[in-house]
Amino acid sequence: MGNKTLLFENHRALGAKMVDFSGWDMPIHYGSQIEEHHGVRQGVGVFDVSHMTVVEIHGHHVVDFLDRLLANDIRRLKLPGQAMYSAMLNEQGGVIDDLIVYSTGDPYLAVVNCGTRDKDLAWMRQVAAPFDVKIIQRSDFAILAVQGPEALARSKQVMSSEKCAVIDGLKVFQGAWVDGWFIARTGYTGERGLEIILPGSDAVSFWELLLAAGVKPIGLGARDTLRLEAGMNLYGSDMDESVSPLESNMAGTIHLEGREFIGAEAIRQQQAVAGYHELVGLVMTARGVLRAHYPVFSEGRKVGEITSGAFSPTLQHAIALARVSETSDDMSVEIRGKMQPVDCVEPPFVRNGSRVYKN
Amino acid sequence: MSEYPTNLRYVATHEWVKLEEDIVLVGISDHAQDALGDVVYVELPEIDTSYQAGDEIAVVESVKAASDIYAPVAGTVIEVNSELEDAPELVNESPYAQGWFFKMKADDPAAVEGLLGADDYQKVCETEDS
Repeated sequence: MGNKTLLFENHRALGAKMVDFSGWDMPIHYGSQIEEHHGVRQGVGVFDVSHMTVVEIHGHHVVDFLDRLLANDIRRLKLPGQAMYSAMLNEQGGVIDDLIVYSTGDPYLAVVNCGTRDKDLAWMRQVAAPFDVKIIQRSDFAILAVQGPEALARSKQVMSSEKCAVIDGLKVFQGAWVDGWFIARTGYTGERGLEIILPGSDAVSFWELLLAAGVKPIGLGARDTLRLEAGMNLYGSDMDESVSPLESNMAGTIHLEGREFIGAEAIRQQQAVAGYHELVGLVMTARGVLRAHYPVFSEGRKVGEITSGAFSPTLQHAIALARVSETSDDMSVEIRGKMQPVDCVEPPFVRNGSRVYKN
Repeated sequence: MSEYPTNLRYVATHEWVKLEEDIVLVGISDHAQDALGDVVYVELPEIDTSYQAGDEIAVVESVKAASDIYAPVAGTVIEVNSELEDAPELVNESPYAQGWFFKMKADDPAAVEGLLGADDYQKVCETEDS
């Protein structure tokens, strides 16, 4: 028996197919993963992502600590509650995890992955030792992501006027506390949407209100195809401690200038030497599906492998992220012993419901 | 609950078989399509190709995984369900009718009698699930 979120019985009652996800019993879909995917792209859906880890970082030195911990620059955040996506690295520049940090003052708020919870907390506490900060895991919260073009409007239908006013005041990638809830305009789908961190005692009633308002429940299966279309990495598949953010299409989240975060020196060396692998997008318009670990070839030579792949319900063809040593106009993927031509593109593939990649 | 029509024969690898004269119609079971999730692509065999029982003959790709389909009996492919090219979801919606995969001319139609009946196949599935 795995860990259960507070919404476990709700998922069961909706007929969800439950799977083990890093030790948690989570809904993979509620009937059709593809319909759920379209539901988010065309309307609005809600994901229970309470298995993820909410961390509060308290103390006087929280900014100095985050400056040391994160490859991205916490001092660049100007708005209250502004969100920042970053990796935290080991000394070798390998990605320990990717996370979102919200600049909510003392305490700062961070959300890290589920499968990496223990090592993340241990690492954060180790890095925190010289600083006057305290790392507190908040497992009493639930996390719901409401995503899709109608996400804000439909969420507001079932929220108090105070919460609606706060949502109206948020910019994209910003969050705020209201009535004990943290509401942020962030997500993992490439659509408009909210991620809501709320007290566990409010989780079931809010979930039921959303569903009654016509918001569709979405499982982790569609979550994966939505994030892949959006060109967003999945930790453990697209990156891990053996690769740096440079090799993970995360160069834009590294800010080296005048900074000495953990792993910075390794990143500087990698940049100087160049020739490192890159995480690129692949599209295959012929019939078939690209999947993780399929080998990738450029001009007939093996140059790497797929890290995440799927049939894209929005584009109606296969897409993938692949880590490769080189790219060319002559790329292919080996599928069950046969070479299939693919195009190398820059992610994302889909934003706000439409194709955005260019051949 | 998955359906297990009693007029069909089954293989433990989740293909169903319907015998009509010396022609066998083959698809995947309701239980199989449910376990796979949404089907997005079916790679069908070439017509006029011969297979032995147990040979890999087709591939079904769902949102979850790629799975091999095996020839339930020895024979030669005479027709494939080309509707699956544009509508692979038929495998989910209608596994025992519109979602059929291919037809084979069986080398020995009596071999179908040696396949699993509905009750025995259902036990196979329930054992897998437990």
